[in-house]
Amino acid sequence: MKFTVTVTLKKNVLDPQGKVVENTLVNLGMENLKSVRQGKFFEIEVDEKDQQKAEKTINEICQKLLVNLIIEDYNISKL
Amino acid sequence: MKSAVIVFPGSNCDRDVAVALEKMHFKNQMVWHKETTLPKTDLIVIPGGFSYGDYLRSGAIAGKSSIIEEVIRAANSGCLVLGICNGFQILTETGLLKGTLLRNRELKFINKDVNIKVINNQTKFSCKYKTNQVLRINIAHNEGNYFTDSKHLDELNKENLIAFKYCNENGDVNELSNPNGAMDNIAGIFNSKKNILGMMPHPERMVDDVISNSDGENLFSSLIN
Repeated sequence: MKFTVTVTLKKNVLDPQGKVVENTLVNLGMENLKSVRQGKFFEIEVDEKDQQKAEKTINEICQKLLVNLIIEDYNISKL
Repeated sequence: MKSAVIVFPGSNCDRDVAVALEKMHFKNQMVWHKETTLPKTDLIVIPGGFSYGDYLRSGAIAGKSSIIEEVIRAANSGCLVLGICNGFQILTETGLLKGTLLRNRELKFINKDVNIKVINNQTKFSCKYKTNQVLRINIAHNEGNYFTDSKHLDELNKENLIAFKYCNENGDVNELSNPNGAMDNIAGIFNSKKNILGMMPHPERMVDDVISNSDGENLFSSLIN
C-alpha cells in the first residue's frame, strides 16, 4: 500500500523559503498569486493490506521521525 | 574529570572540542555513534558539524542513533551534557532540550564572530563567567534561529534557563544584535535541571589567543570544578 506524506511548517511559523518563492513569483508577474508555503514530500510504501493498520504505521513514521511537531504539520493520503 | 565526545558521520568540530577539553585537563574519549554503551564519564559533548548531511532536518537522524539512547539515559540520571551548534540541534531533536532551531531569518549560512551575553552564571557550565559578561564567540550555522512555544519561553525566563543571548559589544540585546532571528536573541539554553546546555556559538573555537581569543575557555574550566 502506497501513501504520500506532505510536511509543511505550521501556519504560525514563518516560512522564509516560501516567502522568497512567493516574492519571486510576484516579480515574475503572477498578479493573482495569494501565498506560497514550501514543504517536504514523501512517498512511502508499506507491506500491509489493511488500510487502517497501514495508516497507523504511516502516522507512527511521521511522529517518530518525519515531522517535528513543534513547528510542522503533516498530511497523509493514499495513492 | 572525564569527558566523552560523540562522533557522527559529518561531525566536524569533534576534534576541536577534544583539544579544548584536553587543554582544560579533561580525560577525553571519542565515542563513535554506533556504540551502544558509553564509557564512564562526567561530561558528554555533542559536537558541531553536519551530522548525516543535515538530511531531513538538522540533527534529526543523529537524534535517533544508537548511542543517543545511552546519552538520554545518562542525561536523565544527571550526567552533564553539552551540545554545540549541530549538537544543540541534536539535543532538541531528542527532546532533552525543548524547542527547535529554524532556518536563519535571512536564509543564509552565517560564519562570523558575534557577541553573546552571559545570562545565568549560577550553573556548572557558566560559574567562571560573570552575569552580563559579554563574550566574543564564533557562530557558523544555517539553522540557528531558536524557536519555542510561548509556555516554554515563559518557563525559560522564569526559571532562569537562558544561558546566553546575542548582543552588541556593549551588551545591548536587541534586534540589530540578533544574527539569525532567534526568539528573544536566545543563543543557548539549559534544561530545567541545568545539567544540559545547548548553544549555537562555538566556545571550543575560542580557547587560544593566537588564533582567536580565549572567551570560550571559562565554559570548559567551569565544568572541571
